[in-house]
Formats: sequence, C-alpha cells, structure tokens
Amino acid sequence: MSNGGSLLPIIAMLPFLGALVPGLMIRAGRTACATFTAAPTILALIMLAVIAPDVFAGEVLKAEIVWLPGLGLSFSFFLDGLGLLFAGMILGVGLLITLYARYYLSGEDPMGQFYTYLLLFQGAMLGIVISDNILLLLIFWELTSLSSFLLIGYWKHLPEGRQGARMALAVTGAGGLAMIAGMLILGQIVGSYNLTDILAQGEVIRASEWYLPALILILLGAFTKSAQFPFHFWLPHAMAAPTPVSAYLHSATMVKAGVFLLARMWPVLSGTDAWFYIVSTTGLVTMVLGALIALFKDDLKALLAFSTVSHLGLLTMLLGFGTKAAAIAAVFHIINHLTFKAALFMTAGIVDHETHTRDIKRLGGLAKFMPVTALIGTLAALSMAGIPFFNGFLSKEMMLEEASHTYWLDNDWIVPALATLGALLSVAYSLRFIFHVFAGPARDDYPSHPHDPPFGMYAAPALLVVFVMLIGVMPWLAEPLVTVAADAVTGTHTHPHLKIWHGVTPALFMSIIAVLGGAVLLAVHRPLDKTWQTAPRPEAKVIFDWLISVFAGFSKRLTEAVHTGAISRYLAIFVVATVALGYIAYADGTLGPPTRELLPIPPVAAIGWLLLIAATGLLLVYHHNRFRALILIGVIGLMVSGGFVYLSAPDLALTQISVETVTIMLLLLALYFMPNTTPRESGAGLRLRDGLIALSAGGGVAALAMVFLMRDFSSISGFHLANSYKGGGGTNVVNVILVDFRGYDTYGEIIVLGIAGLTIFALMESLLNGPASRRLRNRDYSQDRSRDRHPLMMVVATRAMLPIAVMVGIYIFLRGHNQPGGGFVAGLVISIALLMQYMASGFAWTQGRQRIEYHLMIGWGVVIAGLTGAGAWLAGKPFLTSAYGYIHWPPIEEFEWATAMAFDLGVFLTVLGAVMLMLYSLSRIARYAGETVNLEPMDYDPSLKRNLKKPEAE
Amino acid sequence: MELVVASSVGVLTAGGVYLILRLRAFPVILGLALLSYAVNVFLFATGRLAINAPPVLNKYADVAYSDPLPQALVLTAIVISFGMTAVLVMVALGAYLEADHDRIDMTGNEEAEAAEKESGS
Repeated sequence: MSNGGSLLPIIAMLPFLGALVPGLMIRAGRTACATFTAAPTILALIMLAVIAPDVFAGEVLKAEIVWLPGLGLSFSFFLDGLGLLFAGMILGVGLLITLYARYYLSGEDPMGQFYTYLLLFQGAMLGIVISDNILLLLIFWELTSLSSFLLIGYWKHLPEGRQGARMALAVTGAGGLAMIAGMLILGQIVGSYNLTDILAQGEVIRASEWYLPALILILLGAFTKSAQFPFHFWLPHAMAAPTPVSAYLHSATMVKAGVFLLARMWPVLSGTDAWFYIVSTTGLVTMVLGALIALFKDDLKALLAFSTVSHLGLLTMLLGFGTKAAAIAAVFHIINHLTFKAALFMTAGIVDHETHTRDIKRLGGLAKFMPVTALIGTLAALSMAGIPFFNGFLSKEMMLEEASHTYWLDNDWIVPALATLGALLSVAYSLRFIFHVFAGPARDDYPSHPHDPPFGMYAAPALLVVFVMLIGVMPWLAEPLVTVAADAVTGTHTHPHLKIWHGVTPALFMSIIAVLGGAVLLAVHRPLDKTWQTAPRPEAKVIFDWLISVFAGFSKRLTEAVHTGAISRYLAIFVVATVALGYIAYADGTLGPPTRELLPIPPVAAIGWLLLIAATGLLLVYHHNRFRALILIGVIGLMVSGGFVYLSAPDLALTQISVETVTIMLLLLALYFMPNTTPRESGAGLRLRDGLIALSAGGGVAALAMVFLMRDFSSISGFHLANSYKGGGGTNVVNVILVDFRGYDTYGEIIVLGIAGLTIFALMESLLNGPASRRLRNRDYSQDRSRDRHPLMMVVATRAMLPIAVMVGIYIFLRGHNQPGGGFVAGLVISIALLMQYMASGFAWTQGRQRIEYHLMIGWGVVIAGLTGAGAWLAGKPFLTSAYGYIHWPPIEEFEWATAMAFDLGVFLTVLGAVMLMLYSLSRIARYAGETVNLEPMDYDPSLKRNLKKPEAE
Repeated sequence: MELVVASSVGVLTAGGVYLILRLRAFPVILGLALLSYAVNVFLFATGRLAINAPPVLNKYADVAYSDPLPQALVLTAIVISFGMTAVLVMVALGAYLEADHDRIDMTGNEEAEAAEKESGS
C-alpha cells in the first residue's frame, strides 16, 4: 500500500472546512465568494488526481483514524475504482456548479448560504463514496439528506420549495433509517463494520438467514434515495430548488447515491433470485413509468426530473441483472448520464433564467435567439435519446443488449420489450425537449426577451457536452475509468470493450425501433397529450400528504393522551415506575445474609428520630399553612444535621445547618410575594392515591437502606484515608477529597453553583422588565408592614456580630484542611452574617456599603480555583494536582501551606458570591415592588415620616 | 441505629413524594427539599454508620474512621441542592407573578379560567 491513502481523510475533510469559507468571503463580493468556494474543491480534485494513478494501477488506498473502536466505528476511508469514479464526478461537477451558480443566482439570493450548503452537501456525498466503515457511511448518508434538505428549500419564500424539501427529507430520511437497520444486520452477520471485510464475506452473507431482511432494508434506503418506484415522487417536487441544485443533486450526486450503494454492495448482495427480482423489476418499472410521465410534463425541469427517474431505473435494472456485463454497462451509463443530464439541467436553467418560464407550451423557436444554448441543449438531448455518436447511445446499446437475453420468470420477451419501450419513450421526450423548446417558429410572446447568457453561465454545460461528444466518438477514452470502476463493482477483473459498432445484434434492432417509434410518438404528441391530461391518474403528492396527515394525527393524539400537561401525573407515573423497577430488581436478585450488627440507639437519637418523624407528619398535615410548613422544614433540617454529628460526619453537619439557614431565608423571601396558604384542591381519592404512592416509595427506600446498612462492602475509601495526609497534606479526609482527590468534581460543582446564582439574577432581571413588574407595583403591601421595620436591638446585635461571624468564617476556612470546615462551610457562614445585615439594617443601607459585586466574586472564585488547578501544569503534573509544605514561623508554630488552600479559596468565593446573589436577587424584587427605601439603618415606618424617600426609578 | 436511619430516610422520602404530587408550586418545592434530605442521608448511609469515628486523621492513635467518600459527595450535594432549590423558587415566583397563580399543571383552558375566577374573587 502506498502512502497516498493518507490524503483520503484530508480530501474528506476539505469540503467541510471549505463550508466555513463562503460565509466569510461573501462580504468580499459574489465573484470572490465563488472563487474561494471553488478553492477547496479544486484542492480536493488535485489530491484526487495525485492518488488516481495508484487506483488505476489496481491498488486500493486506505486510511484509518480510530474514533469509537468499541462500537466498531472509525474514520476509515478507502478508495477503489468505484470510489474514484464517484469522487471525481462529485468534485468535478461540484466545481462546474460553483461556476454556474455564480451566474445563475440573482443578487437578492444569499449566495454565501448557498455555497455553504453546497459544500456541506459535497462533503457528505464525498464521505459516502470513500467511507470504508458502514457506520461512517450511514452518517454521511444522513448528512446528504440533511444538506439536500437545506439546498432544496434554499428559496425559503417559496412554499413549493419548503414542501419539496420536507418531502425529500421525509422520504430519503425514512429510507435512511431502514438502511441503518439493514447495515447493522450486515455488520452483525460479518462481525465487522468495515466495508472491505463485508465485501470479502459475500458468501456468508448470502447464506445467512438474515440475508433477506438486510437486503430489503438496504434496498429501501437505496430506492428512496435514488427515487425508484414507488418512492419516485419526491424527486420532481425537489425541482423547486434552484437549478444549480437540481443539476448537482438530481443528476450527478444525491440520487446516484442509491445507485452507488447498489454498486458498492453488488459483490455481497447480488446474484440471488431475491436480488434479481426485486432490483431489476423495480428498475424496469421505474424506467418505463418515469419515461412515460416525462413525455407529458410541460415543465422543463419536471421533464428532466422524470427522465432522471427513468434513467435511475435503468441503472437499477442493470445492477439488478447481476451479470458482469450489465454491471459494466451500469458503470458506463453512470458517467454518460452525468454528462448529458447535468448539461441539460443547466440548459433548462439558462432557458428559465433568460425567458422567465420553464413551460414548454410557452417556448419554442429559441434556437434563433440563443443559438449557443440551443446547440448545447440539442447535443445533450440527442445523447439522452441515445442517437449514435453520442455517449448515451453506447451505454443504451449495452443496456438493450443485456435486456435482450434476460429471462423474467422464464419469459424471454417481456424484459426486452419493456426495455425497448423505455428507450422509445426516452427518445420521444428527448426529441420533445429539442423540438418544442429550441426548434420551430420563433415566437414573440416570451415572458422575457431571450438571448444567450454570458460565457460563464454556459461554460459549464458546454464543457460537459464536449465530454458527451468525445466519449460518443471515441469511447475508448472512457475505458480505463470504466474498467477500474467495474472491477471494483464486480470484485473481479473486467475487460470492457467500448465501441460504437457491435455488428448486427438484437440491440441494434431494438435501438432502431426505439428511435423510429420515438419520432412517431413525438409527431402524435398533441392528441396524446390531450388524452393524458384528461385521464385520471393517482397524484403521488396527494397520497403522500394524506399519509403524512394520518401519521401526524396519530402522533398528535398519542402525545396529547400521554403528555397532558399535568406535571403531578408525570411525577406519579415516574415514582410508581421507579418503585416497580426497584421491586423487579429485588425480586430477580438474591440477597446474602446480614453481616453487620445493629448499633445501639441511645435516647438522644431516639428523641431526634421522634422529632423528625413528627415534624414530617405535621408538615404533611399542615403544609397548607406555608409559614408553619417552613418552621417544620427547619426542624427536620436541624434533626438531619444532628444526625450527621452523631454519625461521625461533622463536615456534613456544618454544611447542612448553614444551608438550612439560607434555605429558610430564601423561602421566607419568596413567601413574601407568593400566597401564604395552599388551597385545598385534591379530593380524598386523590390524596389517598398520592398517599399510597408515597408510602410505597418511602417503604421501598427504607427497605433498601436497611438492606445495605446491614451488610458490609468494599469501597475505595481506604485509599483516600491512607493518602489524605501523605498525598494531600491534610488530616480532614473529607476536605482533602473535595479539594484534591476529587477536585475536578468540586470544580464542576462550584461552576454549577455560580451558574445557578447567575441564572437567578437573570430570571429576576427579565421578571422585573416583563409584564409581571406591573403586577408587582400594583400590589398592596400595606398590611404586611411592621411599623418598626429595622428594630434597634437587631441592628445593634448584627453589627456587633458581623466581625465575629466573619472571624468564625475565616477560622472555619483555615482549619478546613485538617479539621472539619473548609471553603463551602465558610462561604455559607459569612453569607449568613451578611444576610443578617440586609435583614436588620435594610437593603439600601447594606447595599450602599457593598464594595465587591457578587458576580465578580463568583467569577473570581471560579478563576482562582481554575488557576490553582492549572498551576499544577507548571510543575508538569495533571490538572488540580496539589502541593503542600510546612513553614516554621517563629512566633507561631509550624504553619502549613497547601495549594489546595487556594483552590478552597476559589470554592469559598464562589459559594459566597452565589448564595448572596441568589438572595440579593430575591430581595431586589421587594425593592422594585414599591417597598420604600431606607437610608438610615434604623427607621420607623416611612409612611409616618415626612422626609420619606420614594423608590428610585430603575 | 440502622433502623432509625433507614426509617428516617423512608419517612422523608414518603413525605417528599406526597408533597411533590400536590398541585401548587410551594408544596412541590417543600417536597423536593424533603426528598433532597432523604437522598443526602441515603447517600451518606451508603458509607455505613459509625459512631465517634469522624474521618479526621488522628496523628497519635490508630483509630477507626467512617467512610469519607460519601461524606464528600454529600457535602457538595447539599450545597448544589440549595442552588437548585433557589433556582426553582425563583422560577416558581416568576411563574406566579406572571400567571397570578402557582398551579404546576398545565392541562388546558379550564385551568386558566379557574385561575381567572379565583384571582377575580
């Protein structure tokens, strides 16, 4: 293997990186934008050209970047002949489309967006054809559906564009889902998701009992993408897209993805009866049906769309035959179809652009006004018709040749006859494209005066037509490419001989019948068209819309039945389901005997327990009175803290009791605005139901707790106990775990806390600026006011307490590493001390003395903690590795320093800032609600004083 | 003692679940507070119970310690649950001020009408 493979991931990445370019370059003008959009494509083409000789030499280039090896998913790419053919087509046509779109799009269209979508699509498509991993292939496959959705719906103001985009996404997306299932089955059969492995295991797959489901699912994906009957209907509706999109997606790339997949999987899946009957029959039906509808379409692009459907059917049928010669013909026709169909789409776009109509009945005689366009269109259409000396003729002959000796259920004439019919119809609509648009008498009622477009616009189709002619006259030019691609499809060595004259064969007669018949059909088109237009026929869009509305109605009913908006119901279901799952787990498992002794219950603990149970019970009874409920919650919190003290968790007890205090303050503040009673709404039945649910949940949890409390276990805590002092330099293991062993967790947690504080601040801001502020202002608070809002005793006491409380906080902070305490508790203690000032001396007075914004405190806290952690990098250690040492400071004794202390400082600041910001935000609402502002710390009811201050307008 | 802890957790859970099934925001917040007590004690108890054995290393004697890891986890959980309670309170308060009622269910029009009537009376 040469090292050319290493270019593959770069080639795959280039369009995606390039997709960023147009958005930046669009400001520099449309031409600059188009030029820079072309750059990544050109670069990728050059790289492809560099490695192409290796592929022509028969090598398969590979590259792999491991992504999720556990899932069998990796960024692996490979390039064989088939991949090379498609990659070349995708990039080459992509380049031409970039050029064409520059002239096609009008100044009002957002061109940068268009190019971004185009490159995204190009990247997705390129990914499909060079992926070596089928999971990766699926990702790219879905990406093509998504990016083509964006492209088809590019003209967002057109309802057809939006509907067409939705329909395309629904159909190809649904097919993609089926394909995922099929691919997963394939991967399971083979035991690998690597395409190269799968391709080598054809025998095994075909013999597997899962072959048929996998085949059908994958074919669903391929058929929907390649618009095969009965999924063909999305393609004509996708024609609402700008013409460059149609020319790119619907001639060369997206719709060929399905054909590509059939070709890629050909060595694995083909060769069985199921493959032959499903694939070739679908292809045959699609070919004839598409051609028939195309003949009677008046919209130029619709004609081309159905002709594309028909040609895709032809390709599918050829691949379905399962013979080598048919596969060669398919590969050759892929190239030919690309050249003439892209040229035709672009021609149609030019006609539309210049005459402002695509209705064939309003056109005709254009050759006189736009000779160059007419020439390009005519040559391309002749190729589509399969006239000798054009490339379409060559592959059509090969197709007819293959069809002529294909038996369908032992019937030897039906396939050749239908193939000839398809070819005949194809001649008819191709000639119609020429004669009804370009030929005929010149008219004077075109919506716009037609003339040839600038060179840049017809350069792309002209170049393609040159290829049409070159291959048509000198077919051996295409031979090497067809050979490598066909080798890759069939997995063997093929020796295609592409030539114009095969001698007098059945195919020749079929061809002659087709051309003559097609000409006759065109001659009688007018009466036939009348009959066709009046004949009733099923309209695919109506059926599709009906199906979609049925599904949408079903999901709406289902959603409404399940998702009623009753949160209490969801919660009830959730609790019941959780309890049931727990019970199932318990019933299925086995439980060893208890290994621990029960600890004794001292009287103090018994009293605490009784208090806790009683408080909880009373809370349930009296929760309608919200103030009473708060007191009871306080009792419960105290008992829990007491329990922590008794059960050897001093840190928890400290934290719990301080959090308890802040929580009660918070709820009190909230109750100032909310109603202070809860109305009795639920009936006895509902209460009984909720009670039963609650009892089952509580019983379950209690039993679970009891079960594990009685049994020993092994944990990793021994490590923490052993290393706390040696590694972390602290004797309070809980604190060392927080700031050292699991510092990352703590770091995340203080960030969450900071975000919670900021969220509350933001909510408050939006609340005060919203309609609720009016309601707040109009509320009557006069009954709530105490005459003595800031009592003298309290003010004096809290002032005296503040320095003491701060000292306690600092003490708790400093001892944290070795004794119970630390940043969390210290932050809470100091915030309580500060909150006391707000309560005692009033909001405005306290606010006036605040020096540091709480937001800043949160920010600095996180920054300090982060920097401390990052400091470890300087010592070459991982993030948050701590260091510590001892200093002997003569007057004081041994003094320990630890970087963990700085980290804890960050924790402290964040906790303090967040808690203060939360409560500050809530109390600000009060000020906004019309509460008068005090400037003196001790004031009486301001309404009784003369020099009262009105709230400042905010 | 194990029975005391287990039954406390159970009672707190039952109370919490009962309260979160109420129809108003305030009891639901109280219920969540009870549930967070229950969860914190439950998590703490996974380290098993020990008396007079705080996980503070003793330099002078070889003594038993309680499990520090659940304690560290619960410590941050207590603080975080305070933060979450505060956010919830703020959301409930905002909802109450905007809608003029603190029902938590959003089942349709008849609810809103009932609320209108209630605020009007």
